[in-house]
Amino acid sequence: MADAKTRRRRWREPSVLPGFGPAFGFTLFYLCLIVLIPLAALIARPWEHGFGGFWHAVSNPRVLAALKVSFGVSLLAAAANVVTGLIVTWVLVRYDFPGRRLADAIVDLPFALPTAVAGIALTAIYAPTGWVGGLLAPLGIKVAYTPVGIWIAMVFVGLPFVVRSVQPVLQDFDAEVEEAALTLGASSAQRWRGVILPALLPALLTGFTLAFARAVGEYGSVIFIAGNMPFKSEIAPLLIITKLEQFDYAGAAAIGVLMLAMSFVALLAINAIQLFLVRRGAPA
Amino acid sequence: MSLKVENLAKQYGRTAALNGVSLQAAKGEFLALLGPSGSGKTTLLRAIAGLEQPDTGTVEFEGEDFLKQTPRERRVGLVFQHYALFRHMTVEKNVAYGLNVRPGHSRPPKAEVKDRVAKLLELVQLDGLEKRYPAQLSGGQRQRVALARALAIEPRMLLLDEPFGALDAKVRKDLRRQLRAIHERAGVTTIFVTHDQDEAMDLADRVVVLNGGRIEQIGSPGELASAPASAFVFEFLGDCARLKGRVDGSCIRFDGFEAPIVNAGRATGEAEALFRPWETELDLEGKPGVPVTVHDILAKGAVLRAECRSDDGRLFEAEFSRDHLPPAARPGGRASLRPRRVFVF
Repeated sequence: MADAKTRRRRWREPSVLPGFGPAFGFTLFYLCLIVLIPLAALIARPWEHGFGGFWHAVSNPRVLAALKVSFGVSLLAAAANVVTGLIVTWVLVRYDFPGRRLADAIVDLPFALPTAVAGIALTAIYAPTGWVGGLLAPLGIKVAYTPVGIWIAMVFVGLPFVVRSVQPVLQDFDAEVEEAALTLGASSAQRWRGVILPALLPALLTGFTLAFARAVGEYGSVIFIAGNMPFKSEIAPLLIITKLEQFDYAGAAAIGVLMLAMSFVALLAINAIQLFLVRRGAPA
Repeated sequence: MSLKVENLAKQYGRTAALNGVSLQAAKGEFLALLGPSGSGKTTLLRAIAGLEQPDTGTVEFEGEDFLKQTPRERRVGLVFQHYALFRHMTVEKNVAYGLNVRPGHSRPPKAEVKDRVAKLLELVQLDGLEKRYPAQLSGGQRQRVALARALAIEPRMLLLDEPFGALDAKVRKDLRRQLRAIHERAGVTTIFVTHDQDEAMDLADRVVVLNGGRIEQIGSPGELASAPASAFVFEFLGDCARLKGRVDGSCIRFDGFEAPIVNAGRATGEAEALFRPWETELDLEGKPGVPVTVHDILAKGAVLRAECRSDDGRLFEAEFSRDHLPPAARPGGRASLRPRRVFVF
């Protein structure tokens, strides 16, 4: 779709807005200082025993199992957040009810709460002796100290990302577009599926990405509820901490580098889909 | 009569958007709803489309009670000012939407949909742009897609809400002509909302002038121009000036001169006369008329417009063809201004 003109790399667009030089310089400097240099240090760290040492550290079955739990459950949690976050956003934007502003503020709580507090609170209610855990236990469902518990903690911390990404887009959604679909004879399900959802898709994907990234990196709230059983409910960040406590810095950094690489590939892939969606539905 | 609206009223909070509106449209008629913003024209259109529920009144279409039907059941084509296209769909998909959402048994087969879309795009002169997205089109092209999309469902009525309001003058004029041609070919009853009197007069068989939620007048463009029903209609249809005088039969007397009344019939007494710049004369100072100072002569298309101000500061305008500018009309000069004929309401 992009013609030759837009595909050609542009270095600097002539602009009437001043300050390109200093602002661009600052951006580069800042990104290096805050993001790139620490990450470079991380990438440089695990090679003291050569590639063999690195491979030994990351090919450990326990490490692989933890990575599988971390990324797998994060994906499931982000997916769940897309669905529930969309419903919550829909209600917050489309309906007016008493306490709407309060509900809107509650969405942000998982952002603000120290993650350890969240973890302890979740554990308390989902443990077999807790409010919810007690109700589920007779049904044979165990939440706390299983991957399901990890999933719940990750859903908890990821919710605001989906809501806050989708909310502005839904608010700006042109009511006339929906009315046009209505007069053309579309049922409410058809309008929802064919007109509204596609318009929200880029924002939903952004929310998914953010929730997923947050879940992969989540530590505090997960470790309390996870039970941390190797090969079952142990997440990769916990393994890193364990290795650090044993002064195995190279091993910890090796897992870190692998997580970094996997996250980067995942984010890059999602961004590619996003770019396609946004190009297609560029603001008319 | 194909459309019959009776006594429609709609209240928003404490303001009445519609205040007892009744009108009828014959099959195949092209009706324009003309009025300033806030006159209720869009509310009326949306009530007919089913997007707005009126408080009281009836809307009947070919004997059916429209108010009991959902917008889907009414099957009217609606075109919005800001296009309201589906951005994530190609032009082709946009136009086909109304056909593709039909329930299984009444949905035309794929080949037929494709065929109909192609015909419609040809009708609005967009053939070749099937695979484009709305973002890749100009405003005029987008509105033509919206028009084709509305026509695709073979609407029983075509409703347009200021469809050319966001477009520039040249494109507007082009689309006006196209819309007129499409209406003549399709023969569908069409209602068109606008605040532009030129557009209404140019396009419509009959014009409905709305003001403050009420109908001021319904008539053909010719009737509106020659026999406006109220001062509002007269003022809305073009520039005009006012002058106080005393009605005497079919004449109105001013200070030292008089003018014939077009819509005679008012009782003798004080009244205000309204008249057009192109029915105004400028004479040399001292002749009968309102003493004015000519401020400026402006070129306005085929005519020249003299802007004058009376000694008490009121603005008057007089228009002349380029070859017939009176000697009194020169900037800075004094002159006597006199209406050739006036309306009294």
